Amino acid sequence: MVRADFDRNLEDLVSELFGLGEMVEKAIVKSMDALQRRDLAIAYEVVAEDDLIDEKRFELEEKCIDLIATQQPLAIDLRTLLAVLHIAVELERMGDYAEGIGKICMIIGEDEPTETPQQLDQMARMGVAMLQRSLKSLMDRDIDLANDVWDSDDEVDSLYDSVCHDIFVEMGEHPKTIEAATHFLWVAHDLERIADRATNISERVIFLVTGRIGRYKPPESTG
Amino acid sequence: MQDQGPILQTRGLSVYYDTKKAVTDVDLDVARNRITAIIGPSGCGKSTLLRCFNRMNDLIPSARVEGQVLFDGLDLYGHDVDPTEIRYEIGMVFQRPNPFPKSIFDNVAFGPRINGFKGSIDEVVEKSLVRAALWGEVKDRLKASALSLSGGQQQRLCIARALAVEPRVILMDEPCSALDPIATLAIEELMRELSEDYSIIIVTHNMQQAARVSHYTAFLMVEEARVGFLVEFGESRQIFTNPEDERTEAYITGRFG
Repeated sequence: MVRADFDRNLEDLVSELFGLGEMVEKAIVKSMDALQRRDLAIAYEVVAEDDLIDEKRFELEEKCIDLIATQQPLAIDLRTLLAVLHIAVELERMGDYAEGIGKICMIIGEDEPTETPQQLDQMARMGVAMLQRSLKSLMDRDIDLANDVWDSDDEVDSLYDSVCHDIFVEMGEHPKTIEAATHFLWVAHDLERIADRATNISERVIFLVTGRIGRYKPPESTG
Repeated sequence: MQDQGPILQTRGLSVYYDTKKAVTDVDLDVARNRITAIIGPSGCGKSTLLRCFNRMNDLIPSARVEGQVLFDGLDLYGHDVDPTEIRYEIGMVFQRPNPFPKSIFDNVAFGPRINGFKGSIDEVVEKSLVRAALWGEVKDRLKASALSLSGGQQQRLCIARALAVEPRVILMDEPCSALDPIATLAIEELMRELSEDYSIIIVTHNMQQAARVSHYTAFLMVEEARVGFLVEFGESRQIFTNPEDERTEAYITGRFG
């Protein structure tokens, strides 16, 4: 088969990207686990493991650059490589938000009595689900699923508004909690950005499949 | 003369060599003052199609053309059309540089002289060499043999020779295939400059070259049952990033051909 070696390289690259996706998903789940349990050991792990995510992102970038330089890809091959480049960056940034939550856990410490706002857990679960679905849309080249991820971002944004509102009310009513509440604001911000990044991944999937940047709008039915 | 719209159009164009078909029913509009690339696998009729645009196929006794080639609306294969005159208006640059074994000056002056040009030949030669981005390199040795030039310089000299008779269209049949990468880039740069004033059609095997240099790309293909048919035509940026036809995609990504 013509270009069998190049095809193999592309397949390996995409499969490594899914590997990076799994690393990031674990980091987000662990960071929230650390926050809920006030578990510093897990928080340290998340922070330390972010270096591995960074390394993997750079490794993927280098492989993309090598293939672009040596294989002069066009059409679907070019779009695949550009999508992998973008998505690797998005995933690495999601890893940074998980690391950020890990660091907040370390600042809060083990003895913080203030209860974690319940919307944060919900935002994290939605963010992880968006990440999984965006990567599934990549695996299946499914632009409808990619569009769904886009829709979910509005729900996460609403939760973010809601949790910020609650935290500000709490700050007003109990000024002693301001410091702890500020930490939760940071966490909420990190989670909201994770969902944004998942949306960016779905945007790249739509680009890969259709060649167009932006949300996919199916042609209007003529029947 | 029309200033807008396509400069060349083919309508139902088919070409035969004896009974063998080489181009099948091609409808193509060539944009004015733009570069149009024709790509496709070997034997798909690219060069045959190109040669229809200035009736070079007339020189092959077995060649027969059906359909129309319109040059600003004029049917190039009409009974009253003189193919020699057409070749002044629609010049051609070939795969291998083919300067005459004469001086640099005489190569460029050749066309205007036999054309009965009455003005200053010196001016025409200088202007053509400047336009072909060769003047700076040869202005002090215009009497030297054209064969003393490098391959890239010889190809630019051939372009200057074509420009000297003031064509409106330049056909290029794999003009860089015999050149090194630097000379190739110099010709590509020159093509982009010339496209401000001339309409250019280039046949190339080099997909990256078509992507780099052309505004529009036509993809021709050959199958068992059909030869030399147009699969897809569009803006080069679209063809090379997001082609509509899966056969175009397979070809430009190197998965067949």
